[in-house]
Amino acid sequence: MTTPVLSIRNLSVEIPTRQGIVKPVDGVSYDISEGEILGVVGESGAGKSMAGNAVIGLLNAPAHISGGEIWLNGVRIDPLKGEEMRKLRGKEIGMIFQDPLTSLNPLLTVGDQLAETMLTHLPISRKEAAERAVAALEEVGIPGAAERIDSYPHEFSGGMRQRVVIALALCAEPSLVIADEPTTALDVSVQAQIISLLKRLCRERGTAVMLITHDMGVIAEAADRVAVMYAGRLAELGNVRDVLTQPRHPYTHGLMASTPLASEGQKRLHQIPGAMPRLQHMPNGCAFHPRCPKVQKRCSHDPLPPMAEGRAACWSPLLAEAVE
Amino acid sequence: MLAFIIRRVGQSILVLLIVGLVAFSMFRFVGDPIDNMLGQERTIEDVERLRTQLGLDQPFPVQYFKFLEGAVQGNFGVSYRQGRPVAEILMERAPATLELAAVSGLLAIIAGIALGVFTAIRRNGFAAHTIMAASLVGVSLPTFLIGILLIYLFSVELGWLPSFGRGETVSIGDWWTTGFLTQSGIKALILPAITLGLYQMTLIMRLVRSEMLEVLRQDYIRFARARGLRDRVVNFRHALKNTMVPVVTVIGLQLGSIIAFAIITETVFQWPGVGLLFINAIQFVDIPVMAAYLMLISVMFVGINLIVDILYVFIDPRLRVDRKGGH
Ligand SMILES: Nc1ncnc2c1ncn2[C@@H]1O[C@H](COP(=O)(O)OP(=O)(O)OP(=O)(O)O)[C@@H](O)[C@H]1O
Ligand SMILES: [Mg+2]
Repeated sequence: MTTPVLSIRNLSVEIPTRQGIVKPVDGVSYDISEGEILGVVGESGAGKSMAGNAVIGLLNAPAHISGGEIWLNGVRIDPLKGEEMRKLRGKEIGMIFQDPLTSLNPLLTVGDQLAETMLTHLPISRKEAAERAVAALEEVGIPGAAERIDSYPHEFSGGMRQRVVIALALCAEPSLVIADEPTTALDVSVQAQIISLLKRLCRERGTAVMLITHDMGVIAEAADRVAVMYAGRLAELGNVRDVLTQPRHPYTHGLMASTPLASEGQKRLHQIPGAMPRLQHMPNGCAFHPRCPKVQKRCSHDPLPPMAEGRAACWSPLLAEAVE
Repeated sequence: MLAFIIRRVGQSILVLLIVGLVAFSMFRFVGDPIDNMLGQERTIEDVERLRTQLGLDQPFPVQYFKFLEGAVQGNFGVSYRQGRPVAEILMERAPATLELAAVSGLLAIIAGIALGVFTAIRRNGFAAHTIMAASLVGVSLPTFLIGILLIYLFSVELGWLPSFGRGETVSIGDWWTTGFLTQSGIKALILPAITLGLYQMTLIMRLVRSEMLEVLRQDYIRFARARGLRDRVVNFRHALKNTMVPVVTVIGLQLGSIIAFAIITETVFQWPGVGLLFINAIQFVDIPVMAAYLMLISVMFVGINLIVDILYVFIDPRLRVDRKGGH
């Protein structure tokens, strides 16, 4: 087996607050291989972004990694500090944020922002950087790239700006890209274009992608595998087809039933009753048990069963044969 | 761009006319210059003759119009007190004020921005907290008190620096005199420059700090970090440049007020500039000098405003409306 590009083992993130320490990410493990897109889904506040920020080393203090390991291409990166971590950012790990309107510096041309990123990471001259900047814009499908290179961000539409953001995240050819809801802020009409662009570029280069999203449609369209998060923990991890069509975890099932998938044409959307617990008041046992339709006695106190690929962290998964 | 500048210049001239009118009409309440000019043994005829001679018997609009007519040609009349052309007196005094203002302004801008950036980047450090606390003193102490404290410390107690005057000056060209070229000139400049610049410096520093903290929270700064740019690049190329957009306006206005505030500093240090000239002119109801001074100050304020507006457009590409290639 080849080493995965990203390997997260038992990752935990802690934030000390006035009401005690909270764990927005709690014992999460998953791998992403070369050229693979892992979709990360879950309700708002599930800890998806926190996990992504932990990987790229951009947790906002006082949040910090409190346990577990992060491996990138076989090298452990979670203990890396300041300057060492900075050199990985952009070079080995690219990141795409949600809102393209605010992700770009309004005072620098897109060409300047591309060139500065490449000059930071690659041993090339200014002239080469300028040439490659045009090529990078072309690659993300910006028409007239050579003329648009000296344009400022405000001269592009939202969809075009997100293309620029993608070009920026990929311009130093990182082996991993973390895309945190890259289409949430965009018009529905351009969402699909952006997703297929991201998919194409990463396939071509063999980039591993952590695709964080709320949108099951995006997952169905782009992801190879899916990680479902709930209250900081991994609820289910598996192949996209399995997770979407035969979810094992009752939470995943509820999540699917509550998203309008065009293919299914459901009449009525299901809603999971209740809300995700606040981090300060996490229930014992499984965090989902107060809302779970299949709750059993042990769910409220026993620690969760161990997680693995194709499994759910659940005592009564929907496909009984999945638990040995 | 050109249309923008022309429009702004037009507005500026209108502002100047109004300021001139207001200032000019206020002089009538300052006192009667004739009282000061003629001694105790005056006759009614003397008074009337002088009044006619100075044009003070004419209706107010006529006086104002005559003043404007002269001012446009650089002729501000003759000082009642010194009997010399006001323009000549002002030219003589201007270098002292301009040199003082330039040094104070530079001090305020350079130190203000540097300290503002430092306290924003190291916002939780001990040094930053100390500087912020000290800056409160700078903002709240009145200028004259700072001047007096400095004089007490460095002139009276330590005896390092002179407490008044401009030191030795050297003439350059026909009318410029500079204190930059002699040791005594430079020594004499230090205390007044600090006194005059301190308030502006603390203002600029506090503004730069708060704007910079705001900018550092923005998504594009996060994205710049996520791209692995060096801290120096993120802080200066990305954050500071965005910070400067709002700061430039305030700095411009502060520079204007430096020259206006110079009145106080010049009085405390007996600095032979236009501010001190103005104070003396008020005591003597020397209307031509007062009018010329106020006109100059307003020209300067309006001019600085204009420059700031234009600078703004240079810094922020979003304001360059007539750029081609938009979508
Ligand atoms: N400074 C903080 N103090 C306490 N809790 C925090 C702090 N910052 C974030 N959190 C909590 O951490 C949890 C994880 O947040 P995160 O942004 O990772 O969620 P997410 O899954 O990305 O949600 P969304 O889909 O809304 O982006 C949230 O429940 C949030 O309330
Ligand atoms: Mg998020």
